[in-house]
Amino acid sequence: MKNVYLHSAVSISAQNTFDSDGFLEDMKPISGSTVPAQYPNYKDFIAPMASRRMATGVKMGVSAASKALYNAQLTQPDAIITGTGMGCIEDTEKFLNSIIGNAEEFLTPTAFIQSTHNTVGAQIALGLKCKAYNNTYVHAALSFESALLDAQLLLQQEEAKHVLVGGVDELGTEIISHVRHMEDANTNGIQVPFGEGASFFVVSSEAKAIQLVDMDICSTASENTIQQKLNGFLNNNEVQASDIDVLIAGRNGDVFDPYYDSISTLFKNPTELHYKHLIGEFYTASSFSLWTAFRILNRQHIPKPLIYKGETKSKISTILLYNQFKGRDHSFILLKR
Amino acid sequence: MGVAITGMGIISAIGHSVAESKTSLLAPKSGIGTLKHIQTKHSDQIKVGEITLSNADLTTQLQLPKDHNYTRTGLLGLFAARAALQDAQISAISEYRTGLISATTVGGMDMTELYLKQFATDPEAQKYIQSHHAGDSTQKIADALNITEFVTTISTACSSAANAIMLGARLIKAGKLDRVVVGGTDALSKFTINGFKTLMIQSDDHCAPFDANRKGLNLGEAAAYLVLESDDVIAKEQKQVLAFLSGYGNANDAFHQTASSENGEGAFLAMTKALELARLTPEHINYINAHGTATPNNDLSESVALQRVFGSHVPDFSSTKSFTGHTLAAAGVVEAVFAIIALQEQTIFPNLNFKSPMPETGLKPVTSVVKIEVQHILSNSFGFGGNCSTLIFSKA
Amino acid sequence: MTELRQELKEKIIEQLNLEEFTVADIADDDALFGDGLGLDSIDALELIVMLDKDYGIQLTDPKEGKEIFKSVAVLADYITDKRAK
Repeated sequence: MKNVYLHSAVSISAQNTFDSDGFLEDMKPISGSTVPAQYPNYKDFIAPMASRRMATGVKMGVSAASKALYNAQLTQPDAIITGTGMGCIEDTEKFLNSIIGNAEEFLTPTAFIQSTHNTVGAQIALGLKCKAYNNTYVHAALSFESALLDAQLLLQQEEAKHVLVGGVDELGTEIISHVRHMEDANTNGIQVPFGEGASFFVVSSEAKAIQLVDMDICSTASENTIQQKLNGFLNNNEVQASDIDVLIAGRNGDVFDPYYDSISTLFKNPTELHYKHLIGEFYTASSFSLWTAFRILNRQHIPKPLIYKGETKSKISTILLYNQFKGRDHSFILLKR
Repeated sequence: MGVAITGMGIISAIGHSVAESKTSLLAPKSGIGTLKHIQTKHSDQIKVGEITLSNADLTTQLQLPKDHNYTRTGLLGLFAARAALQDAQISAISEYRTGLISATTVGGMDMTELYLKQFATDPEAQKYIQSHHAGDSTQKIADALNITEFVTTISTACSSAANAIMLGARLIKAGKLDRVVVGGTDALSKFTINGFKTLMIQSDDHCAPFDANRKGLNLGEAAAYLVLESDDVIAKEQKQVLAFLSGYGNANDAFHQTASSENGEGAFLAMTKALELARLTPEHINYINAHGTATPNNDLSESVALQRVFGSHVPDFSSTKSFTGHTLAAAGVVEAVFAIIALQEQTIFPNLNFKSPMPETGLKPVTSVVKIEVQHILSNSFGFGGNCSTLIFSKA
Repeated sequence: MTELRQELKEKIIEQLNLEEFTVADIADDDALFGDGLGLDSIDALELIVMLDKDYGIQLTDPKEGKEIFKSVAVLADYITDKRAK
């Protein structure tokens, strides 16, 4: 079985993460019910004739993918795998409203076509003329993780050498406002804004500095069983809890944060990081934490705003990512330098 | 030999079970008719493959509480997935590492399109806000079946279920799962009816795949699931194998967001990959269940791809979408179930409504129920975004 | 006639979101599809809806669009012709 390595990581988020070569130096606090991403200059990545039909998510996805390939010095990946929780919700809302607004008359095809969940992966392939394996996962907070797991499987089983994998979600307007409304009606609801973004990666079986040691997903677990799950996961990978230098947790301030506390207690002196207070919560927000881990391992530096608790160690070699959403869709990702 | 299939469940316009589907296929009796459950302006201009059971009927049959927030996609999915597990005689899920991979494109749209403008104020409607996203139906099926670990959803338009089956097989082969329920579910919706209307590829008559004068597709709705199990489980439990998934391949046409290329490149690559993986040559294939949507573009592109792979000896082929309509994300697994029935019955099913071959290729599909020796069946599913998938099923 | 051509150019740019183009960039006889403006089958469907909605002309077969949407000049002639009937 082949090892899996991260060759590049690119993120478009509510912070200046795409255009900057820095690492969250110019962090801006976010607030409100929703927060959009800081969009790149799409013209640098997408031809006008192609971009004219693209909604935000497709543009973010294609741009992030393009830069991830460039950074990894790769022109053609052996597979393109994307994850998106809400899919192309902008065009979905657009087509839905034109059905309702025009009473099913004079409807045009563009929004319908572009609303298909695999549009991002398809447009990346079309732009690259890439005929390779192409798949899209749409399973809420496991959307990106499912994509990454598929990539890992392709590499381990030697079905591919270099895989482009990413997570993308756009805010849209209507559904998200209803989701926010429901959330705010609950005092124990999500305490960060809803956000959007796209993080893309090139993962490869060719050895590089940062290894994706393993990952696992779990649809359902209690606060107790999640500890057992993690212990099992670490055991399988012959890693001790004390080996983990940094834990990056997907805290969003809701009533399910005790899951993170439960995991956190397994580690004696962890540097625990959080990130959703910087980019917002969305189904593929966790892809941002993989970008973060990649930068931390490369630069051996943790920007202050990321620190939730604990002291920063001088040498950072092993990072664990843990995310869940509403007590469901748990995922572990283990990285090593 | 491939990955063993030990159970299947299905609900579509031609039956609420494998047995009923078999009866319809052998009759042969199409399920295409007039739309009943959805209110749309276009109901007189389209024909659809609709499942007769209403949401209330499904709720009763599934013994769900009346105030549930299942969408129709979820209801159909649970109906078929439960049947698949029963067929595989699996009752204790936790015995083995069991996963669920479900495909959908419609997701919760059937409810969102009804209640979007009530979401702000109506508490009855609000329960469907959380069921809009595509993972919701999968999650509900997993919960009802007590599958707690590996659960995910695939959405690559009309090849979705084929890709779900493919992922399941890869996870079994890699030893990551012992057992996996794979398939897909899509309900009819106003959204897709109007969407395909804008593409002007919906026929007002019974669809006629591969016919020179084909006018377009009929939309359908369906859910179907297969149970895949590892060789170890098969041996340990002495399970009866229905058929084997011996090959699979996915490739991208990389030509256009919706249209297929003239030379059917993506389809050609997917079929070639699947044959290679199955270690079969084109001569080994006895029957092809084509994607065959009956749109001018797909059927021509697919025919060209078939001729590229099989030369002048294209095997018997047909599109069973003339029975079920195009069931979108479920199509790949609906047709997988039909392929398995064909292997079991040593019988292949007709391409209904075919009259004359298209001049470009001259290919003629099978037009009646035929008993032949069937060892290997190739099944195609192609979707928007150039997503092309091929599965090969072999006799147990 | 010139007015209709001008109007069609504006509508095409707006409907198809051709941000890079101005009316001056589209000559009356420029091919709209293929090597000309580079429009594709989805654009053709968009234009079919435009014909229906704005000019009351209904096409039932998308193939008819191929001839009609050859250029702005051809399209304008077609619309004028249909309106006269």
